[in-house]
Amino acid sequence: MTGDARIPAAFLRPGTSSFSDFIGENAPDLLPARRSLPAGTAADLAPHGTTIVAATFPGGVVMAGDRRATMGNVIAQRDIQKVFPADEYSVVGIAGTAGLAVEMVRLFQVELEHYEKIEGSVLSLDGKANRLSALIRANLGMAMQGLAVVPMFAGFDLDSEVGRIFGYDVTGGRHEEAAFFTVGSGSLFARGALKKLYREDLSQDDTVRVCLQALYDAADDDSATGGPDMARRIFPIVWVVTAEGALELTQEDIGALADEVVAARFARPDGPLAPLPGGDSSTGSAGDNGQEA
Amino acid sequence: MSTPFYVSPEQLMKDRADFARKGIARGRSLAAVQYADGVLLVTENPSKALHKVSELYDRLAFAAVGRYNEFENLRIAGVRLADMRGYAYDRRDVTGRGLANAYAQTLGTIFSSGGEKPYEVEIFVAEVGKTAADDQIYRLTYEGRVADEHGYAVMGGDADTVASYLKEHYTDGASLDAALAVAVSALGHSSDERGEAQDRVIPVEDLEVAVLDRTRSQPRKFRRILPGKLTELLGERGPAEAAPEAHVSETPTNGGTEEPPVAPPLA
Repeated sequence: MTGDARIPAAFLRPGTSSFSDFIGENAPDLLPARRSLPAGTAADLAPHGTTIVAATFPGGVVMAGDRRATMGNVIAQRDIQKVFPADEYSVVGIAGTAGLAVEMVRLFQVELEHYEKIEGSVLSLDGKANRLSALIRANLGMAMQGLAVVPMFAGFDLDSEVGRIFGYDVTGGRHEEAAFFTVGSGSLFARGALKKLYREDLSQDDTVRVCLQALYDAADDDSATGGPDMARRIFPIVWVVTAEGALELTQEDIGALADEVVAARFARPDGPLAPLPGGDSSTGSAGDNGQEA
Repeated sequence: MSTPFYVSPEQLMKDRADFARKGIARGRSLAAVQYADGVLLVTENPSKALHKVSELYDRLAFAAVGRYNEFENLRIAGVRLADMRGYAYDRRDVTGRGLANAYAQTLGTIFSSGGEKPYEVEIFVAEVGKTAADDQIYRLTYEGRVADEHGYAVMGGDADTVASYLKEHYTDGASLDAALAVAVSALGHSSDERGEAQDRVIPVEDLEVAVLDRTRSQPRKFRRILPGKLTELLGERGPAEAAPEAHVSETPTNGGTEEPPVAPPLA
Protein backbone atom coordinates (compact mmCIF):
# COMPACT_ATOMS: atom_id res chain seq x y z
CA MET A 1 0.00 0.00 0.00
CA THR A 2 1.15 3.54 -0.68
CA GLY A 3 1.71 6.41 1.72
CA ASP A 4 -1.94 7.48 1.71
CA ALA A 5 -3.68 5.00 3.97
CA ARG A 6 -7.11 6.18 2.91
CA ILE A 7 -9.29 3.75 0.95
CA PRO A 8 -9.06 4.75 -2.75
CA ALA A 9 -12.25 6.22 -4.23
CA ALA A 10 -12.71 3.29 -6.63
CA PHE A 11 -13.20 0.94 -3.68
CA LEU A 12 -16.05 3.04 -2.32
CA ARG A 13 -17.87 3.30 -5.63
CA PRO A 14 -20.89 1.00 -5.82
CA GLY A 15 -20.80 -1.29 -8.80
CA THR A 16 -19.50 -4.69 -9.67
CA SER A 17 -19.64 -7.66 -7.34
CA SER A 18 -17.07 -9.53 -9.46
CA PHE A 19 -13.56 -9.54 -8.06
CA SER A 20 -11.87 -10.13 -11.40
CA ASP A 21 -13.78 -7.24 -13.00
CA PHE A 22 -12.81 -5.04 -10.08
CA ILE A 23 -9.09 -5.77 -10.21
CA GLY A 24 -9.25 -5.67 -14.01
CA GLU A 25 -10.16 -1.99 -13.61
CA ASN A 26 -8.04 -1.09 -10.63
CA ALA A 27 -5.03 -3.42 -10.57
CA PRO A 28 -4.92 -5.13 -13.98
CA ASP A 29 -1.39 -6.43 -13.47
CA LEU A 30 -2.78 -8.82 -10.84
CA LEU A 31 -4.84 -10.68 -13.45
CA PRO A 32 -3.02 -13.72 -14.84
CA ALA A 33 -4.43 -13.19 -18.33
CA ARG A 34 -3.44 -9.52 -18.71
CA ARG A 35 0.27 -10.13 -19.30
CA SER A 36 1.58 -9.73 -22.81
CA LEU A 37 4.01 -12.32 -24.08
CA PRO A 38 6.56 -11.99 -26.87
CA ALA A 39 5.67 -13.95 -29.98
CA GLY A 40 6.57 -17.61 -30.16
CA THR A 41 5.67 -20.67 -28.21
CA ALA A 42 6.32 -20.89 -24.50
CA ALA A 43 5.03 -24.41 -24.00
CA ASP A 44 8.41 -25.90 -23.00
CA LEU A 45 9.16 -23.26 -20.37
CA ALA A 46 6.91 -24.31 -17.56
CA PRO A 47 5.71 -27.51 -15.89
CA HIS A 48 2.45 -29.07 -17.02
CA GLY A 49 -0.09 -30.79 -14.88
CA THR A 50 -1.88 -33.79 -16.22
CA THR A 51 -4.80 -36.08 -15.50
CA ILE A 52 -7.98 -35.24 -13.57
CA VAL A 53 -11.00 -37.54 -13.33
CA ALA A 54 -14.45 -36.90 -11.88
CA ALA A 55 -17.53 -39.07 -11.46
CA THR A 56 -20.95 -38.51 -9.92
CA PHE A 57 -22.78 -40.84 -7.57
CA PRO A 58 -26.24 -40.58 -5.99
CA GLY A 59 -25.85 -37.69 -3.54
CA GLY A 60 -22.62 -36.15 -4.76
CA VAL A 61 -19.56 -36.09 -6.96
CA VAL A 62 -15.92 -37.22 -6.64
CA MET A 63 -12.93 -35.51 -8.26
CA ALA A 64 -9.45 -37.00 -8.22
CA GLY A 65 -6.13 -35.92 -9.72
CA ASP A 66 -2.69 -37.50 -9.97
CA ARG A 67 0.31 -35.73 -8.45
CA ARG A 68 2.75 -35.37 -11.33
CA ALA A 69 3.88 -32.21 -13.13
CA THR A 70 6.16 -32.68 -16.14
CA MET A 71 8.45 -30.43 -18.16
CA GLY A 72 9.31 -32.22 -21.37
CA ASN A 73 10.80 -35.56 -20.36
CA VAL A 74 11.53 -34.39 -16.82
CA ILE A 75 9.25 -34.91 -13.85
CA ALA A 76 9.09 -31.37 -12.47
CA GLN A 77 7.16 -32.17 -9.31
CA ARG A 78 5.98 -35.39 -7.70
CA ASP A 79 3.49 -34.01 -5.23
CA ILE A 80 1.70 -31.18 -7.02
CA GLN A 81 -1.87 -30.49 -6.00
CA LYS A 82 -4.25 -30.23 -8.94
CA VAL A 83 -7.68 -30.51 -7.34
CA PHE A 84 -8.76 -27.55 -5.20
CA PRO A 85 -11.87 -26.51 -3.33
CA ALA A 86 -13.55 -23.63 -5.19
CA ASP A 87 -15.93 -22.87 -2.33
CA GLU A 88 -17.80 -24.89 0.26
CA TYR A 89 -19.85 -26.82 -2.32
CA SER A 90 -17.63 -27.09 -5.36
CA VAL A 91 -14.18 -28.19 -6.47
CA VAL A 92 -11.99 -27.40 -9.45
CA GLY A 93 -9.30 -29.56 -11.01
CA ILE A 94 -6.69 -28.29 -13.42
CA ALA A 95 -4.71 -29.61 -16.36
CA GLY A 96 -2.27 -27.62 -18.47
CA THR A 97 0.37 -25.04 -17.54
CA ALA A 98 0.63 -25.54 -13.81
CA GLY A 99 1.72 -22.05 -12.75
CA LEU A 100 -1.04 -20.27 -14.63
CA ALA A 101 -3.61 -22.88 -13.66
CA VAL A 102 -2.92 -22.55 -9.95
CA GLU A 103 -3.16 -18.77 -10.26
CA MET A 104 -6.45 -19.11 -12.13
CA VAL A 105 -7.82 -21.33 -9.38
CA ARG A 106 -6.80 -18.77 -6.76
CA LEU A 107 -8.58 -16.05 -8.70
CA PHE A 108 -11.64 -18.26 -9.12
CA GLN A 109 -11.76 -19.00 -5.39
CA VAL A 110 -11.62 -15.30 -4.52
CA GLU A 111 -14.16 -14.56 -7.24
CA LEU A 112 -16.75 -16.88 -5.67
CA GLU A 113 -16.06 -15.77 -2.11
CA HIS A 114 -16.12 -12.09 -3.10
CA TYR A 115 -19.51 -12.41 -4.76
CA GLU A 116 -20.86 -14.26 -1.75
CA LYS A 117 -19.68 -11.57 0.66
CA ILE A 118 -20.77 -8.57 -1.40
CA GLU A 119 -24.16 -9.90 -2.45
CA GLY A 120 -24.90 -11.86 0.69
CA SER A 121 -25.97 -14.90 -1.34
CA VAL A 122 -24.20 -17.79 -3.04
CA LEU A 123 -23.96 -18.06 -6.84
CA SER A 124 -25.86 -20.93 -8.48
CA LEU A 125 -23.70 -23.83 -9.65
CA ASP A 126 -24.26 -22.77 -13.28
CA GLY A 127 -23.29 -19.23 -12.35
CA LYS A 128 -20.03 -20.47 -10.88
CA ALA A 129 -19.35 -22.61 -13.96
CA ASN A 130 -19.94 -19.57 -16.20
CA ARG A 131 -17.55 -17.40 -14.19
CA LEU A 132 -14.86 -20.03 -14.70
CA SER A 133 -15.58 -19.93 -18.46
CA ALA A 134 -14.89 -16.21 -18.47
CA LEU A 135 -11.57 -16.67 -16.69
CA ILE A 136 -10.47 -19.34 -19.18
CA ARG A 137 -11.54 -17.24 -22.14
CA ALA A 138 -9.40 -14.36 -20.88
CA ASN A 139 -6.41 -16.71 -21.08
CA LEU A 140 -6.92 -17.57 -24.77
CA GLY A 141 -3.96 -15.48 -25.97
CA MET A 142 -1.59 -17.38 -23.74
CA ALA A 143 -3.22 -20.69 -24.65
CA MET A 144 -2.36 -19.99 -28.29
CA GLN A 145 1.28 -19.64 -27.29
CA GLY A 146 1.30 -23.02 -25.64
CA LEU A 147 0.29 -21.97 -22.12
CA ALA A 148 -3.16 -23.48 -22.09
CA VAL A 149 -5.14 -24.10 -18.93
CA VAL A 150 -8.01 -26.58 -19.09
CA PRO A 151 -9.86 -26.96 -15.81
CA MET A 152 -12.73 -29.16 -14.82
CA PHE A 153 -15.38 -27.99 -12.39
CA ALA A 154 -17.66 -30.11 -10.22
CA GLY A 155 -19.99 -29.36 -7.39
CA PHE A 156 -23.12 -30.19 -5.50
CA ASP A 157 -26.12 -28.30 -6.85
CA LEU A 158 -28.04 -27.14 -3.79
CA ASP A 159 -31.17 -26.49 -5.89
CA SER A 160 -31.50 -29.86 -7.61
CA GLU A 161 -29.52 -31.74 -4.93
CA VAL A 162 -27.28 -33.69 -7.30
CA GLY A 163 -23.57 -33.71 -8.08
CA ARG A 164 -22.73 -32.12 -11.45
CA ILE A 165 -19.58 -31.97 -13.59
CA PHE A 166 -18.55 -29.28 -16.10
CA GLY A 167 -15.82 -29.66 -18.71
CA TYR A 168 -14.16 -26.81 -20.61
CA ASP A 169 -12.10 -26.15 -23.70
CA VAL A 170 -9.34 -23.51 -24.04
CA THR A 171 -11.74 -20.95 -25.50
CA GLY A 172 -13.89 -21.08 -22.39
CA GLY A 173 -16.53 -23.30 -24.01
CA ARG A 174 -18.39 -25.08 -21.27
CA HIS A 175 -20.24 -28.36 -21.42
CA GLU A 176 -21.96 -30.28 -18.71
CA GLU A 177 -21.00 -33.91 -18.46
CA ALA A 178 -23.34 -36.63 -17.36
CA ALA A 179 -21.89 -39.27 -15.06
CA PHE A 180 -18.11 -38.84 -15.49
CA PHE A 181 -15.40 -36.82 -17.24
CA THR A 182 -11.61 -36.65 -17.56
CA VAL A 183 -9.09 -34.00 -18.68
CA GLY A 184 -5.33 -33.91 -19.23
CA SER A 185 -2.79 -35.95 -21.13
CA GLY A 186 -3.85 -39.27 -19.60
CA SER A 187 -7.54 -38.50 -19.96
CA LEU A 188 -8.16 -40.84 -22.89
CA PHE A 189 -6.93 -43.85 -20.95
CA ALA A 190 -8.74 -42.79 -17.81
CA ARG A 191 -11.95 -42.27 -19.74
CA GLY A 192 -11.68 -45.75 -21.24
CA ALA A 193 -11.36 -47.21 -17.77
CA LEU A 194 -14.29 -45.16 -16.44
CA LYS A 195 -16.48 -46.28 -19.32
CA LYS A 196 -16.02 -49.89 -18.29
CA LEU A 197 -16.13 -49.44 -14.51
CA TYR A 198 -18.68 -46.68 -13.94
CA ARG A 199 -22.23 -47.46 -12.91
CA GLU A 200 -24.91 -45.00 -11.85
CA ASP A 201 -25.65 -46.64 -8.51
CA LEU A 202 -22.09 -46.68 -7.15
CA SER A 203 -21.63 -45.80 -3.50
CA GLN A 204 -19.35 -42.93 -2.52
CA ASP A 205 -16.49 -45.29 -1.58
CA ASP A 206 -16.84 -47.30 -4.78
CA THR A 207 -16.83 -44.09 -6.84
CA VAL A 208 -13.51 -43.19 -5.22
CA ARG A 209 -12.23 -46.71 -6.06
CA VAL A 210 -13.33 -46.34 -9.69
CA CYS A 211 -11.53 -42.97 -9.93
CA LEU A 212 -8.33 -44.48 -8.50
CA GLN A 213 -8.54 -47.36 -10.99
CA ALA A 214 -8.98 -44.87 -13.83
CA LEU A 215 -5.96 -42.83 -12.67
CA TYR A 216 -3.92 -46.04 -12.42
CA ASP A 217 -4.80 -46.89 -16.02
CA ALA A 218 -3.90 -43.36 -17.12
CA ALA A 219 -0.50 -43.63 -15.40
CA ASP A 220 -0.04 -47.08 -16.94
CA ASP A 221 -0.17 -45.75 -20.49
CA ASP A 222 0.69 -42.05 -20.22
CA SER A 223 4.22 -41.10 -19.15
CA ALA A 224 3.07 -37.67 -17.90
CA THR A 225 0.59 -39.09 -15.40
CA GLY A 226 1.93 -40.32 -12.08
CA GLY A 227 0.69 -43.53 -10.50
CA PRO A 228 0.50 -44.05 -6.74
CA ASP A 229 4.04 -43.52 -5.38
CA MET A 230 4.33 -46.48 -3.02
CA ALA A 231 7.88 -45.67 -1.88
CA ARG A 232 7.15 -42.06 -0.90
CA ARG A 233 3.51 -42.71 0.00
CA ILE A 234 2.26 -39.97 -2.33
CA PHE A 235 -1.27 -40.70 -3.56
CA PRO A 236 -3.81 -38.93 -5.74
CA ILE A 237 -5.71 -36.01 -4.24
CA VAL A 238 -9.40 -36.89 -3.89
CA TRP A 239 -12.24 -34.50 -3.06
CA VAL A 240 -15.81 -35.58 -2.38
CA VAL A 241 -18.65 -33.03 -2.61
CA THR A 242 -22.02 -33.85 -1.06
CA ALA A 243 -24.86 -31.94 0.59
CA GLU A 244 -22.54 -31.57 3.61
CA GLY A 245 -19.97 -29.66 1.53
CA ALA A 246 -16.62 -30.42 -0.07
CA LEU A 247 -14.28 -32.69 1.83
CA GLU A 248 -10.75 -33.82 0.99
CA LEU A 249 -9.97 -37.44 1.79
CA THR A 250 -6.84 -37.91 3.91
CA GLN A 251 -3.72 -39.33 2.31
CA GLU A 252 -3.95 -42.28 4.76
CA ASP A 253 -7.45 -43.19 3.55
CA ILE A 254 -6.50 -42.89 -0.10
CA GLY A 255 -3.28 -44.82 0.63
CA ALA A 256 -5.32 -47.74 1.98
CA LEU A 257 -7.53 -47.77 -1.14
CA ALA A 258 -4.49 -47.37 -3.42
CA ASP A 259 -2.84 -50.33 -1.70
CA GLU A 260 -5.92 -52.42 -2.59
CA VAL A 261 -5.82 -51.26 -6.19
CA VAL A 262 -2.11 -51.95 -6.55
CA ALA A 263 -2.36 -55.35 -4.84
CA ALA A 264 -5.12 -56.40 -7.28
CA ARG A 265 -2.93 -55.28 -10.18
CA PHE A 266 -0.30 -57.80 -9.11
CA ALA A 267 -2.91 -60.49 -9.79
CA ARG A 268 -4.18 -58.84 -12.97
CA PRO A 269 -2.02 -55.93 -14.25
CA ASP A 270 -4.70 -54.63 -16.59
CA GLY A 271 -7.17 -54.09 -13.78
CA PRO A 272 -10.71 -55.32 -13.15
CA LEU A 273 -12.52 -57.19 -15.89
CA ALA A 274 -15.78 -55.79 -17.15
CA PRO A 275 -18.51 -58.33 -17.89
CA LEU A 276 -19.05 -59.14 -21.57
CA PRO A 277 -22.75 -59.70 -22.23
CA GLY A 278 -23.42 -62.27 -24.94
CA GLY A 279 -19.80 -63.45 -24.96
CA ASP A 280 -18.83 -67.13 -25.00
CA SER A 281 -16.50 -67.11 -22.00
CA SER A 282 -17.72 -66.42 -18.52
CA THR A 283 -16.73 -63.19 -16.79
CA GLY A 284 -16.25 -64.85 -13.42
CA SER A 285 -12.71 -63.65 -12.73
CA ALA A 286 -13.86 -60.12 -11.95
CA GLY A 287 -14.21 -61.10 -8.30
CA ASP A 288 -10.42 -61.47 -8.03
CA ASN A 289 -9.93 -57.77 -8.20
CA GLY A 290 -11.50 -57.03 -4.91
CA GLN A 291 -13.52 -54.04 -6.05
CA GLU A 292 -16.39 -55.33 -8.09
CA ALA A 293 -19.68 -55.27 -6.28
CA MET B 1 -23.96 40.80 -1.64
CA SER B 2 -23.95 38.96 1.61
CA THR B 3 -20.91 38.69 3.82
CA PRO B 4 -20.24 35.16 5.05
CA PHE B 5 -20.39 34.79 8.79
CA TYR B 6 -17.25 33.81 10.62
CA VAL B 7 -17.51 30.37 12.22
CA SER B 8 -14.65 29.29 14.44
CA PRO B 9 -13.04 25.93 13.61
CA GLU B 10 -14.00 24.63 17.06
CA GLN B 11 -17.64 25.47 16.46
CA LEU B 12 -17.53 23.97 12.97
CA MET B 13 -16.13 20.66 14.19
CA LYS B 14 -18.53 20.57 17.12
CA ASP B 15 -21.49 21.11 14.81
CA ARG B 16 -20.34 18.33 12.51
CA ALA B 17 -19.76 15.98 15.43
CA ASP B 18 -23.20 16.75 16.90
CA PHE B 19 -24.79 16.11 13.54
CA ALA B 20 -23.09 12.71 13.17
CA ARG B 21 -23.73 11.70 16.76
CA LYS B 22 -27.41 12.48 16.48
CA GLY B 23 -27.72 10.31 13.39
CA ILE B 24 -26.00 7.39 15.07
CA ALA B 25 -28.04 7.59 18.28
CA ARG B 26 -31.30 7.39 16.31
CA GLY B 27 -30.96 3.66 15.56
CA ARG B 28 -30.75 0.56 17.68
CA SER B 29 -27.67 -0.53 19.61
CA LEU B 30 -25.20 -3.16 18.46
CA ALA B 31 -23.09 -5.15 20.89
CA ALA B 32 -19.85 -7.05 20.37
CA VAL B 33 -19.03 -9.54 23.10
CA GLN B 34 -15.98 -11.78 23.41
CA TYR B 35 -16.72 -15.36 24.44
CA ALA B 36 -14.64 -18.51 24.84
CA ASP B 37 -14.46 -19.42 21.13
CA GLY B 38 -14.34 -15.97 19.56
CA VAL B 39 -16.41 -12.84 19.15
CA LEU B 40 -20.19 -12.53 19.16
CA LEU B 41 -21.97 -9.68 17.34
CA VAL B 42 -25.60 -9.00 18.20
CA THR B 43 -28.04 -6.32 17.15
CA GLU B 44 -31.73 -5.75 16.79
CA ASN B 45 -32.54 -5.63 13.10
CA PRO B 46 -35.98 -6.61 11.80
CA SER B 47 -34.73 -6.66 8.18
CA LYS B 48 -33.54 -10.03 6.91
CA ALA B 49 -31.91 -8.65 3.77
CA LEU B 50 -30.14 -5.52 4.92
CA HIS B 51 -27.44 -6.69 7.28
CA LYS B 52 -25.66 -4.68 9.92
CA VAL B 53 -23.22 -7.50 10.67
CA SER B 54 -21.32 -9.23 7.89
CA GLU B 55 -18.18 -11.06 6.87
CA LEU B 56 -15.06 -9.19 5.78
CA TYR B 57 -12.48 -11.94 5.52
CA ASP B 58 -11.39 -15.29 7.00
CA ARG B 59 -11.02 -14.01 10.56
CA LEU B 60 -12.65 -10.61 10.26
CA ALA B 61 -16.18 -9.35 10.67
CA PHE B 62 -17.74 -5.98 10.06
CA ALA B 63 -20.54 -4.46 12.11
CA ALA B 64 -22.00 -1.01 11.76
CA VAL B 65 -24.74 1.29 12.96
CA GLY B 66 -26.00 4.51 11.47
CA ARG B 67 -26.92 5.35 7.91
CA TYR B 68 -27.22 2.19 5.79
CA ASN B 69 -25.99 3.54 2.44
CA GLU B 70 -22.86 4.97 4.08
CA PHE B 71 -21.78 1.93 6.03
CA GLU B 72 -22.70 -0.42 3.17
CA ASN B 73 -20.25 1.55 1.01
CA LEU B 74 -17.57 1.16 3.65
CA ARG B 75 -18.31 -2.56 4.00
CA ILE B 76 -17.94 -3.19 0.27
CA ALA B 77 -14.73 -1.17 0.22
CA GLY B 78 -13.43 -3.30 3.09
CA VAL B 79 -14.29 -6.57 1.33
CA ARG B 80 -12.56 -5.35 -1.82
CA LEU B 81 -9.52 -4.18 0.09
CA ALA B 82 -9.25 -7.45 2.04
CA ASP B 83 -9.78 -9.70 -0.98
CA MET B 84 -7.31 -7.74 -3.07
CA ARG B 85 -4.63 -7.78 -0.40
CA GLY B 86 -5.17 -11.48 0.29
CA TYR B 87 -4.95 -12.24 -3.43
CA ALA B 88 -1.85 -10.13 -4.04
CA TYR B 89 0.01 -11.35 -0.93
CA ASP B 90 -1.39 -14.13 1.22
CA ARG B 91 -4.59 -14.74 3.16
CA ARG B 92 -2.70 -14.40 6.44
CA ASP B 93 -1.57 -10.90 5.50
CA VAL B 94 -5.09 -9.49 5.83
CA THR B 95 -5.34 -8.16 9.37
CA GLY B 96 -7.95 -6.31 11.38
CA ARG B 97 -5.43 -3.59 12.18
CA GLY B 98 -4.82 -2.91 8.48
CA LEU B 99 -8.52 -2.58 7.75
CA ALA B 100 -9.25 -0.54 10.87
CA ASN B 101 -6.49 1.83 9.79
CA ALA B 102 -7.89 2.22 6.29
CA TYR B 103 -11.37 2.91 7.69
CA ALA B 104 -10.00 5.40 10.21
CA GLN B 105 -8.14 7.35 7.54
CA THR B 106 -11.18 7.39 5.28
CA LEU B 107 -13.65 8.46 7.96
CA GLY B 108 -11.20 11.03 9.33
CA THR B 109 -10.69 12.64 5.95
CA ILE B 110 -14.40 12.80 5.22
CA PHE B 111 -15.12 14.29 8.65
CA SER B 112 -12.61 17.10 8.39
CA SER B 113 -13.14 17.99 4.74
CA GLY B 114 -15.51 20.92 4.48
CA GLY B 115 -17.12 19.83 1.23
CA GLU B 116 -18.82 16.64 2.39
CA LYS B 117 -21.22 15.95 5.18
CA PRO B 118 -19.67 13.67 7.81
CA TYR B 119 -20.63 10.01 7.72
CA GLU B 120 -23.25 9.16 10.33
CA VAL B 121 -21.81 5.76 11.10
CA GLU B 122 -19.92 3.88 13.74
CA ILE B 123 -18.11 0.64 12.93
CA PHE B 124 -16.65 -2.40 14.64
CA VAL B 125 -13.98 -4.46 12.96
CA ALA B 126 -13.74 -7.71 14.93
CA GLU B 127 -10.92 -10.19 14.52
CA VAL B 128 -10.69 -13.70 15.93
CA GLY B 129 -7.23 -15.06 16.74
CA LYS B 130 -5.82 -18.47 17.61
CA THR B 131 -6.57 -17.91 21.31
CA ALA B 132 -8.95 -15.60 23.17
CA ALA B 133 -6.01 -13.33 24.01
CA ASP B 134 -5.50 -12.67 20.27
CA ASP B 135 -9.11 -11.60 19.66
CA GLN B 136 -9.60 -7.92 18.83
CA ILE B 137 -12.48 -5.52 18.57
CA TYR B 138 -11.67 -2.19 16.90
CA ARG B 139 -14.17 0.60 17.27
CA LEU B 140 -14.19 3.29 14.60
CA THR B 141 -16.14 6.46 15.09
CA TYR B 142 -17.57 8.98 12.59
CA GLU B 143 -14.52 11.26 12.96
CA GLY B 144 -12.00 8.47 12.33
CA ARG B 145 -11.00 7.72 15.89
CA VAL B 146 -9.87 4.11 16.48
CA ALA B 147 -10.21 2.43 19.85
CA ASP B 148 -9.18 -1.04 20.83
CA GLU B 149 -11.97 -2.59 22.93
CA HIS B 150 -11.68 -5.50 25.34
CA GLY B 151 -14.36 -7.88 26.54
CA TYR B 152 -17.39 -6.09 25.14
CA ALA B 153 -18.28 -2.96 23.22
CA VAL B 154 -21.53 -1.23 22.32
CA MET B 155 -22.35 1.39 19.70
CA GLY B 156 -25.44 3.11 18.37
CA GLY B 157 -28.78 3.83 20.02
CA ASP B 158 -28.62 4.28 23.75
CA ALA B 159 -25.13 2.79 23.90
CA ASP B 160 -24.38 3.96 27.46
CA THR B 161 -27.35 2.16 29.01
CA VAL B 162 -26.58 -1.08 27.15
CA ALA B 163 -22.88 -0.83 28.03
CA SER B 164 -23.65 -0.29 31.71
CA TYR B 165 -25.74 -3.48 31.73
CA LEU B 166 -22.92 -5.39 30.04
CA LYS B 167 -20.39 -3.98 32.47
CA GLU B 168 -22.38 -5.50 35.31
CA HIS B 169 -23.09 -8.87 33.70
CA TYR B 170 -20.18 -9.61 31.36
CA THR B 171 -17.85 -12.47 32.30
CA ASP B 172 -14.61 -13.48 30.61
CA GLY B 173 -14.51 -16.76 28.70
CA ALA B 174 -18.27 -17.41 28.78
CA SER B 175 -19.83 -20.09 26.57
CA LEU B 176 -21.72 -19.05 23.44
CA ASP B 177 -25.20 -19.42 24.95
CA ALA B 178 -24.24 -17.55 28.13
CA ALA B 179 -22.61 -14.69 26.18
CA LEU B 180 -25.59 -14.54 23.83
CA ALA B 181 -28.08 -14.41 26.70
CA VAL B 182 -26.20 -11.50 28.33
CA ALA B 183 -25.86 -9.60 25.05
CA VAL B 184 -29.53 -9.99 24.13
CA SER B 185 -30.69 -8.95 27.60
CA ALA B 186 -28.37 -5.94 27.40
CA LEU B 187 -29.92 -4.84 24.11
CA GLY B 188 -33.40 -5.13 25.63
CA HIS B 189 -32.34 -3.01 28.60
CA SER B 190 -33.33 0.64 28.57
CA SER B 191 -34.09 3.41 30.99
CA ASP B 192 -37.11 5.71 30.72
CA GLU B 193 -37.22 9.47 31.28
CA ARG B 194 -37.17 9.07 35.05
CA GLY B 195 -34.06 6.90 34.84
CA GLU B 196 -35.90 3.72 35.81
CA ALA B 197 -34.64 0.51 34.24
CA GLN B 198 -36.93 -1.31 31.83
CA ASP B 199 -36.26 -4.73 30.34
CA ARG B 200 -37.78 -6.00 27.14
CA VAL B 201 -37.54 -9.48 25.60
CA ILE B 202 -36.52 -8.93 21.97
CA PRO B 203 -38.28 -11.35 19.58
CA VAL B 204 -35.90 -13.90 18.03
CA GLU B 205 -36.93 -12.83 14.50
CA ASP B 206 -35.76 -9.28 15.17
CA LEU B 207 -32.26 -10.32 16.21
CA GLU B 208 -29.32 -10.33 13.88
CA VAL B 209 -26.57 -12.48 15.35
CA ALA B 210 -23.25 -13.65 13.95
CA VAL B 211 -20.07 -15.08 15.41
CA LEU B 212 -16.44 -15.33 14.50
CA ASP B 213 -15.88 -18.86 15.75
CA ARG B 214 -12.27 -20.04 15.97
CA THR B 215 -13.40 -23.69 16.34
CA ARG B 216 -14.98 -23.67 12.85
CA SER B 217 -13.06 -26.12 10.65
CA GLN B 218 -13.32 -23.97 7.51
CA PRO B 219 -10.78 -21.16 7.03
CA ARG B 220 -13.67 -18.68 7.02
CA LYS B 221 -14.65 -18.28 10.66
CA PHE B 222 -17.70 -16.05 10.20
CA ARG B 223 -21.06 -17.68 10.79
CA ARG B 224 -24.56 -16.26 11.04
CA ILE B 225 -26.80 -17.70 13.74
CA LEU B 226 -30.28 -18.04 12.28
CA PRO B 227 -33.56 -17.79 14.24
CA GLY B 228 -33.98 -21.58 14.58
CA LYS B 229 -30.62 -21.99 16.26
CA LEU B 230 -31.11 -18.76 18.24
CA THR B 231 -34.30 -20.06 19.84
CA GLU B 232 -32.43 -23.16 20.89
CA LEU B 233 -29.49 -21.19 22.32
CA LEU B 234 -31.57 -18.62 24.16
CA GLY B 235 -34.05 -21.03 25.72
CA GLU B 236 -37.23 -19.82 27.45
CA ARG B 237 -37.22 -16.04 27.95
CA GLY B 238 -40.83 -15.08 28.57
CA PRO B 239 -43.17 -13.12 26.24
CA ALA B 240 -41.35 -11.24 23.50
CA GLU B 241 -42.00 -7.60 22.78
CA ALA B 242 -41.08 -5.85 19.54
CA ALA B 243 -39.26 -2.54 19.55
CA PRO B 244 -41.43 0.55 20.13
CA GLU B 245 -42.27 1.99 16.70
CA ALA B 246 -41.02 5.51 17.24
CA HIS B 247 -37.54 4.39 18.01
CA VAL B 248 -36.89 2.27 14.95
CA SER B 249 -35.95 4.80 12.34
CA GLU B 250 -32.74 3.42 11.03
CA THR B 251 -33.25 0.70 8.47
CA PRO B 252 -34.71 1.87 5.18
CA THR B 253 -37.44 -0.81 5.30
CA ASN B 254 -39.03 1.16 8.08
CA GLY B 255 -39.07 4.30 6.02
CA GLY B 256 -37.05 6.13 8.66
CA THR B 257 -34.29 7.54 6.48
CA GLU B 258 -34.87 10.01 3.72
CA GLU B 259 -32.40 8.37 1.36
CA PRO B 260 -32.83 4.96 -0.27
CA PRO B 261 -30.18 2.28 0.31
CA VAL B 262 -27.44 2.08 -2.31
CA ALA B 263 -28.03 -1.60 -2.94
CA PRO B 264 -31.43 -3.11 -3.62
CA PRO B 265 -32.68 -5.56 -0.99
CA LEU B 266 -31.62 -9.08 -1.91
CA ALA B 267 -33.86 -12.09 -1.93
